[in-house]
Amino acid sequence: MLGKDLLGLRDLSGETIMEILTAAREMKKKIDDPGLRDNTLNKSSIIAMFYENSTRTKTSFMLAGAYLGGIVQDLGVATSSVNKGESLIDTGLNLDKMGVKFMIMRHQMTGASAVLARNVKACVINAGDGTNEHPTQALLDMYTIYDYLGGFKGLKVVILGDISHSRVARSNAFGLVKLGAEVTLAGPSTLISGSMKSLGVKVTSDIKGAIADADVVMGLRVQFERQKNMPFPNTREYSTLYGINSGLLQYAKKDALVMHPGPVNRGVEFSTDVVDGKNSVINIQVKNGVAVRMAILKLLYEANPDLN
Amino acid sequence: MSILIKGGRVIDPANSIDEVRDVLVCNGEIVKVEKDIEDKAERIIDTKGKWVMPGLIDLHVHFREPGFERKETIRTGSRAAAMGGFTTVCCMPNTEPVVDNDIVVEFVKLKAERAGIVNVLPIGAISKGMKGEELSDIGRMASAGICALSEDGKSVLNSALMKNAMRYAKMFNLPVFDHCEDPSLTGKGQMNAGAQAAYMGLAGISNDSEEVIVARDMILAESTNTAIHLCHISTKGSVTLIRQAKERGVKVTAEATPHHFTLCDEDITDYDANFKMAPPLRSKEDREAVRQALKDGTIEVISTDHAPHHIDEKNCEFQNALNGIIGLETSFPLANTELVEGGYLTPCGLVEKMSYNPGKILHNGKGTLSVGAAADITIADPNEEYIIDVEDMVSKAKNTPFGGRKVKGRILYTVVGGEIVVENGVLVKL
Repeated sequence: MLGKDLLGLRDLSGETIMEILTAAREMKKKIDDPGLRDNTLNKSSIIAMFYENSTRTKTSFMLAGAYLGGIVQDLGVATSSVNKGESLIDTGLNLDKMGVKFMIMRHQMTGASAVLARNVKACVINAGDGTNEHPTQALLDMYTIYDYLGGFKGLKVVILGDISHSRVARSNAFGLVKLGAEVTLAGPSTLISGSMKSLGVKVTSDIKGAIADADVVMGLRVQFERQKNMPFPNTREYSTLYGINSGLLQYAKKDALVMHPGPVNRGVEFSTDVVDGKNSVINIQVKNGVAVRMAILKLLYEANPDLN
Repeated sequence: MSILIKGGRVIDPANSIDEVRDVLVCNGEIVKVEKDIEDKAERIIDTKGKWVMPGLIDLHVHFREPGFERKETIRTGSRAAAMGGFTTVCCMPNTEPVVDNDIVVEFVKLKAERAGIVNVLPIGAISKGMKGEELSDIGRMASAGICALSEDGKSVLNSALMKNAMRYAKMFNLPVFDHCEDPSLTGKGQMNAGAQAAYMGLAGISNDSEEVIVARDMILAESTNTAIHLCHISTKGSVTLIRQAKERGVKVTAEATPHHFTLCDEDITDYDANFKMAPPLRSKEDREAVRQALKDGTIEVISTDHAPHHIDEKNCEFQNALNGIIGLETSFPLANTELVEGGYLTPCGLVEKMSYNPGKILHNGKGTLSVGAAADITIADPNEEYIIDVEDMVSKAKNTPFGGRKVKGRILYTVVGGEIVVENGVLVKL
């Protein structure tokens, strides 16, 4: 059961995660069949507050809201009063007063969604905060795994690449560990903190060892924009030593899922033949993203009847 | 005005006194510290069951004036000090403008004289504008009356400049208070590196960011044969380095703050910026090392690093929030609760850390109840238990993580130069 907000998988029970994934399955039909779209959200106002760039997440959320009968707006942070120095809390309080029921926020700072959530009446959905969490991405990843592989218990999931800057890796780790998967985080030592082990995952720099016998191989984008002191010499060395190509993928299970939250740096973390290969479900993840976000909006709406 | 303080437990490490005695104050000076004083006095304070201590001294506060008066002023800060039992405080120079010349020193002293109710001593910056490029007007500031030098908030990163500052300061007998932090290692870190940072998704600050400068500046103290005082020590590694340096005779002293010996990184659970400070709250193991260092004398001073901020600077994104918490009004009860009740310090040990040792570092005659000394006296009830209420605080700022915490030990009287400024826990000098 969800509370007022969805801030991260850290705070969700395995049961609630399964509730979301189950609801998403129903929602997925509405994507392809406009006739099934309805007024579940009863014209609730939904606003997208994206303090960082986004293609997939923002569009996916806005469409999910529209498919369920919400009134969807984009705050357009770049052209808003944020640029006049308005604080996050003040921005939130103003939107509250305008009757906004769902605030979907991406922010470059860890914990920003928690700060917003405790200051506004609206339901806050974290669409990525700093290096903390990106819960809806992890939920759509988990939905994709669930859809293909039928469950999580004992699954070997390896997440590769720029772990230390990745909210996606963290949210996936929180969620997958709760549901019994064996999660391995792999990448150069300068991009993984050893203290990640405390999240109940394995941490290694041995890519081949990590990938051996994996059910899921999830790549992460190297976030060049977040790196000041280069943690590896250059992208050529990175792709040689830590990138996944079709040869390396052979070590994983035959039907292993190749996943990536996008955008992909082709030729860096994954070679092009891996991105476009038969194991890749990268584009299906995007479709599932809309379904999962519809499920979250519906469940939050139901869990907060005072919003009706 | 004469005051007779009767029947309390007088704790005065300077004179090796820890027993029930009376204290007689006349014309701003301590006149007698004896058993059963029979002299008449205009005021008699019954202190049976209470501690009578030399006035507490805080080597490390930020009163924000000039420049940041919306956070705190010398008026409000000195009242917070008095309520916390402090009779002398040293103000860090990171104001606007920076205290890097005698004119700003004079301004702070003037404000302290007009609006302060405790001894407010200015600290001068080591470098001009705290930019780390050239020495500030150290000699002229010494003449104007600074009590120490510090670049608090950052380290002087140029080792040669730091070395020169230490050698130059020695000519004027100025102690150097050293904030130890290598910003390239702090990076974008927001809290202590470790499992809790991994859990919270906040970028970590590793212990080495403090320790490399602790090591460097002790090496400089050794090579120049000067003294160095290390501010707010927070890591086990720093404690080990200091212990080793002391063993080989380096003239180093160190301080710890109440928040570093009371809290740890696991207390950060909800992106509440009242738990954000520099250095950050460290691990349980580091906290224990700091407590042990206080116990064995490796760290000889408790300072608050009283760092007031406006609510808007704390009620915001954790990463945007400014570092630091207020501490003057919670320092004694926390030290008594955590360290005395916790078995790390005797009551006399606590008075050493909060008055006698800081007085020695300032070498200005404070921190004692010696006959003839200025009558700076603090009286506390070590047994009163209460819950800290942020609304009760007289500091202009309310940024503290200790609201709602149960503590033992309350300041009852603060006497500054023979004048009672706090009476029965209430500010009487308004």
